[in-house]
Amino acid sequence: MHSTEPLLRVEALRSAYGRIEALHGVSLSVAAGEIVALVGGNGAGKTTLLRTLSGVQPMTGGSLSFQGRDISRASPHARVAAGIAQVPEGRQIFAPLAIEDNLRLGAYLRKDAEIASDLERIYSLFPVLKERRRNPAGGLSGGQQQMLAIGRALMSRPTLLLLDEPSMGLAPVLVDQVFEIIQRLNREDGVTVFLVEQNAFAALSIATRGYVIETGEIAIEGKGSALLADERVREAYLGV
Amino acid sequence: MGRLLSHRLAVPLVIALLVVALSFAMPSNFYYRVAALVWISALAVIGLNLLMGYAGQVSLGHAGFFGIGAYAVAVLPAQFGLHPLVAALLGAFATAALAFLVGRPILRLKGHYLAVATLGFGILIAMTISNEAWLTGGPDGMPVERLTLFGWRVRGADTWYWITGGLLVIGAWIACNLVASPTGRALRALHDSEVAARVAGIDVARAKLTVFVISAVYASVAGSTLALLNGFVTPDKANFLHSIELVTMVVLGGMGSVLGSLAGAAILVVLPQVLTGFHDYEHMILGLIMMVIMIVLRAGIVPSLAALFKGRWKK
Repeated sequence: MHSTEPLLRVEALRSAYGRIEALHGVSLSVAAGEIVALVGGNGAGKTTLLRTLSGVQPMTGGSLSFQGRDISRASPHARVAAGIAQVPEGRQIFAPLAIEDNLRLGAYLRKDAEIASDLERIYSLFPVLKERRRNPAGGLSGGQQQMLAIGRALMSRPTLLLLDEPSMGLAPVLVDQVFEIIQRLNREDGVTVFLVEQNAFAALSIATRGYVIETGEIAIEGKGSALLADERVREAYLGV
Repeated sequence: MGRLLSHRLAVPLVIALLVVALSFAMPSNFYYRVAALVWISALAVIGLNLLMGYAGQVSLGHAGFFGIGAYAVAVLPAQFGLHPLVAALLGAFATAALAFLVGRPILRLKGHYLAVATLGFGILIAMTISNEAWLTGGPDGMPVERLTLFGWRVRGADTWYWITGGLLVIGAWIACNLVASPTGRALRALHDSEVAARVAGIDVARAKLTVFVISAVYASVAGSTLALLNGFVTPDKANFLHSIELVTMVVLGGMGSVLGSLAGAAILVVLPQVLTGFHDYEHMILGLIMMVIMIVLRAGIVPSLAALFKGRWKK
């Protein structure tokens, strides 16, 4: 158990909006170095789960531990400091601020001297951001905003990157690009990734492991490739 | 980075130049006095603008903080024989402490609810000042001991012009530095999207509280200065209408603009003086001018004009 303690462990997690419970006891784990995908339909609880992990949505039951420490009660900024960064749904970039200011905000909790070199690393991943770094972020296209949101999250030097629907609203060619970058981050920078997606095919194709969530509960889990081949998944989410 | 650095210095420098340049164009003591009033209002408005324009939070109770500063330099020297500067400092500390205590619960509220809560808080302070007549002189107000610095009695409208002008430049410089700092970036971020700010690691509650306390201290210092300049305080500087006036100056001059704060304060202080010649129509004309400004320059005077000129140059 000690040697295999996962990076993130979620146990019997519950969360509710007022009296309506959205998560009815979700358990899952993410090991260091993995890309784990959570797929499911509209309203299944994907975004709620991710928001609960980053702490912007209160949990009503269960427990969360990160690197073996209980973070159930930690505030969102404490979780960022611990190494969890979220790319929120709908990107939520700071539209009136300059692109570079958006990125620097990602490093808000850092005081070290390597912020500048990390900024260059982000610019090398997303050259388009460098060209326009003085311009307001609101002028970027949807795909570029997604890249900015990912870049902003990376600026906190996360151990675990949470991605909420990175493919939402993007053209298919951009979806491929974004997922390629996610894989690159995982491979080259050793960032562990947990992503939720409606685009089950794209997500499961790059995932080490996957979970299928249905109405607030985990329905199926397995290796990414196994889930892609699973009859139930194919029927419900892949449209084959 | 270079642009930010220059911006940090440029705005206070422009204001300093303005203060110096205007001093050559002052025909009489009356003008010096009006200008000093503009500088004092602008100081309070810069503080409120940090809260409203950058952090996106409203306060309809800032005159309360202004009143605490004003009454600190009136009451403390009269009751305990403190030096007015010490009294002003204590007033600023008391304001900061009060803003800290009140800010914690109040800043959880948003939008209209926050507006009403700060409004109630401001009214509470104004009523306390009016009712505790044994200490504050009640609605009649009370005299303020003249400021003496190292045996030199500070007097004369021109002297106060320079003191208040200097304070304004310092206030503008601090504000510009704050805005360009990571804290300032965090404030603009939470103004735009609180969720995104929180997942970027910003402690939103603390950032709001910090700027609330800072803006309250600006109001308090401005209040102390005004009381020392006038040599008299009345409760009306702590009341609701003055809060509204400060908010109006912020919006009129331009949210999120330090220079705009000065422009807004200048218009609302100077125009009533200019319009006195219209007697009964004074307020009507003032209201009309304000409406026209807001309709034509809807982002406030300074940001709208800046955008206009930028557009011209690009063409």
